[in-house]
Amino acid sequence: MANTTIDDVTWTSDEMMAVAAARELSDGTVCFVGIGLPSTAANLARTTHAPHVVLIYESGCIGAKPDRIPPSIGDGVLSVTADAVVGVPEIFAYWLQAGRIDVGFLGAAQVDRWGNINTTVVGDYGAPKVRLPGAGGAPEIAASCSRVIITLRHNERALVEKIDFVTSLGHGDGNGERERLGLRGHGPQAIITDLGVLRYDDTHRQFVLSEVHHGVSVDEVRAATGWNLVVADSVHETAVPTSEELRALRSFTGT
Amino acid sequence: MTAFSTLAEAIAHNVHDGDRIALEGFTHLIPFAAGHEIIRQGRRDLTLVRMTPDIVYDQLIGMGCASKLIFSWAGNPGAGSLHRFRDAVERAIPSPLAIEEHSHAGMATRYATSASGLPFGILRGYAGTDLPSVTENVRFVTCPFTGESLAAVPALDLDVGIICAQQADHDGNVMLWGITGVQKETVLSARRSIVLVEEIVDKFTPRVNGVVLPSWVVGTVVECPSGSFPSYAQDYSERANDFYAFWEPISRDRERFLAWMDAHVLGTATNSEFIASLQTTDFEVARG
Repeated sequence: MANTTIDDVTWTSDEMMAVAAARELSDGTVCFVGIGLPSTAANLARTTHAPHVVLIYESGCIGAKPDRIPPSIGDGVLSVTADAVVGVPEIFAYWLQAGRIDVGFLGAAQVDRWGNINTTVVGDYGAPKVRLPGAGGAPEIAASCSRVIITLRHNERALVEKIDFVTSLGHGDGNGERERLGLRGHGPQAIITDLGVLRYDDTHRQFVLSEVHHGVSVDEVRAATGWNLVVADSVHETAVPTSEELRALRSFTGT
Repeated sequence: MTAFSTLAEAIAHNVHDGDRIALEGFTHLIPFAAGHEIIRQGRRDLTLVRMTPDIVYDQLIGMGCASKLIFSWAGNPGAGSLHRFRDAVERAIPSPLAIEEHSHAGMATRYATSASGLPFGILRGYAGTDLPSVTENVRFVTCPFTGESLAAVPALDLDVGIICAQQADHDGNVMLWGITGVQKETVLSARRSIVLVEEIVDKFTPRVNGVVLPSWVVGTVVECPSGSFPSYAQDYSERANDFYAFWEPISRDRERFLAWMDAHVLGTATNSEFIASLQTTDFEVARG
């Protein structure tokens, strides 16, 4: 992880990614949170600029307010701080499927230029090079939340020309597949990485580079992307993390 | 009529080679002790079912108990991969493992469908993903009222459903609270059920978000304190997060895995002996 320092404030590229992801959540947003970076970012938002963000975990915890980042989606700190705890069939049926969630926050092992996600296998399904954990809640989160934000570390093995398995549908091949299938959510809108931010562009019908983090060049992002990356007409620099954001983040991560 | 028995008797009586079984738990209340006892009794050719197979499934697979896994997310949460599971899928070690995978929403629907006594359930799911192409058990049906295309998944009927709960009473009623996952559905989907409880009490105290399973749907109750370790039972224990990290290098090395299982699972007769065996090991030393 690269460190950046400005005016005696130092942060890592992972911290920049978490801060940039947290800023995507406005106050009051109802957010379905995956474990790992999505959980970190959503809790950072809740403890900084978006105190009324509602965090929903697939373990059935609605309105969880953990004071530390839980290592899994079913930690006791989630259930004892939640507004309600429901069974797993209910969380997926009544809450996610029914369209009550604004934002789905997902990680990925591989993602393509349309925001399609693979968390199943690297290589051939029948004879995988790497067997990944699988779908979890992601396919229906990607389908049913109003919008989806994807976070992952940026490199050519992760942002790829073609994913090995479509675990969760983004924008298909960019030609209206979601509409044809009748999916209710609008799909992935942002891919937040440790190098910058890609946003889905309806004109280009794919993700385009919209922001780079401080100290990162457009060429670096291009080189770390496995497809021929489209770059927005004006790429701006992500605002650097504030000391308040870093303090809140580190109080969660214990660093 | 609920039976009360020891864990060894409950497994011997209910779990047979070739059965389709689930040891459910969504981070909370995972019946580790039952998995260990199945390993001790040397069951083979099991079809294991679980939304979130974790360490205890890694152990069952690595010890050669399973021929198939039906699941939706297989990992060591917060710590890494399940290397025994990966070795089985990637290299057929110790034996080939057939897999059938779903999304969480699909698995939850399958449990709820089985609990409801229906042959299949529907959900808005799987559309546009590659998952239907790798299993026969996801198909699409048309809503007869609206014409909407919906995913259909079959009921997940079990031979044996095994869960942990916090308490049972002397009549065999069971109560659990906190994250209750698909615990109720697991019992109601199973022809035979085993519930491991922390404690048998005279009378239940009402709990926020509490779930009660009446005795007449509960097969066997086993009093088994810390039966979910290193998972947890809310208001009885904390999740041993450090055990999940501790497991990663053991799982990674098959020889080390076998030696560990030999010392702590095959080399102990009960869950209390298993827990005691950890006191003198590198796990407790690592904990400080």
